[in-house]
Amino acid sequence: MNIINFTPISAFAGGMIIGLAVILFFVGNGRLAGVSGIVNNALVSKQNRTDNFLFIVGLVLGPIFYVFFTKIDITFLITSSLPTIIAAGFLVGIGTKIGRGCTSGHGICGISFLSARSIIATIIFMITAIITVKLIG
Amino acid sequence: MMSKIVSCISGIIFGVGLSVSNMINPGKVLGFLDLFGLWDPSLIFVMMGAIIVSAPVFFLFRNKNKPLFADNFTIPTLKSIDKNLIIGSGTFGIGWGMVGFCPGPAISSLALLNTYSVFFVLSMLGGFLLTKLIDRIIIPTQ
Repeated sequence: MNIINFTPISAFAGGMIIGLAVILFFVGNGRLAGVSGIVNNALVSKQNRTDNFLFIVGLVLGPIFYVFFTKIDITFLITSSLPTIIAAGFLVGIGTKIGRGCTSGHGICGISFLSARSIIATIIFMITAIITVKLIG
Repeated sequence: MMSKIVSCISGIIFGVGLSVSNMINPGKVLGFLDLFGLWDPSLIFVMMGAIIVSAPVFFLFRNKNKPLFADNFTIPTLKSIDKNLIIGSGTFGIGWGMVGFCPGPAISSLALLNTYSVFFVLSMLGGFLLTKLIDRIIIPTQ
């Protein structure tokens, strides 16, 4: 195994900041900050629609504030082709809806709650993602 | 009103966290998923950082009656490890591994005005709608 581009400090710090967002949303609004659920509900459900919409607006504002205040450019690299992007988007939408959660909902919130469902979900999506990268990478 | 402010601020903080950790970058995420190639373990540190902060608060607040700005806690009640969880998560992982985008970073990256992010998010919304449609037709409502 060869380790490359490892940034443990910024990763851990960024993770703790995400954790702060999760606890603010939980203690304030009583909800879990699972992004797939929030986006899906903003799209198909009238319940909490404004809250969901504002969370999404915040998600987009986050990187803008980060760049504005730190003056640090965000490294961003997509190498996939457009058809791959579209197919992947569909699979992520379908999968997170059927599995009721994504990296944030299952991987962060669910695991923090010690939910067996979320631990299993996280193991499964990590495995299929790693296999996918191995096959197409 | 307060719940709306909290929603927006939570989203902003979340987006800042994705930027600081660079998880907003699909290239960085693919580096983590490339376990058998040149591996970047950073994503695991992001998850650990987030869980270390949120788990104790969940533990302390789970028996409280009310959140600060809502009438009650809304927490998923499902406990069973069912077919949907396994098939859904497996499918999500395939899509995640194809590009390196999961829902949070994909939405947040719209800030960077990259056309691919827009296409990804639109396809993801299409996936949500398609599943809702199929759900109505073949799976009886619970």
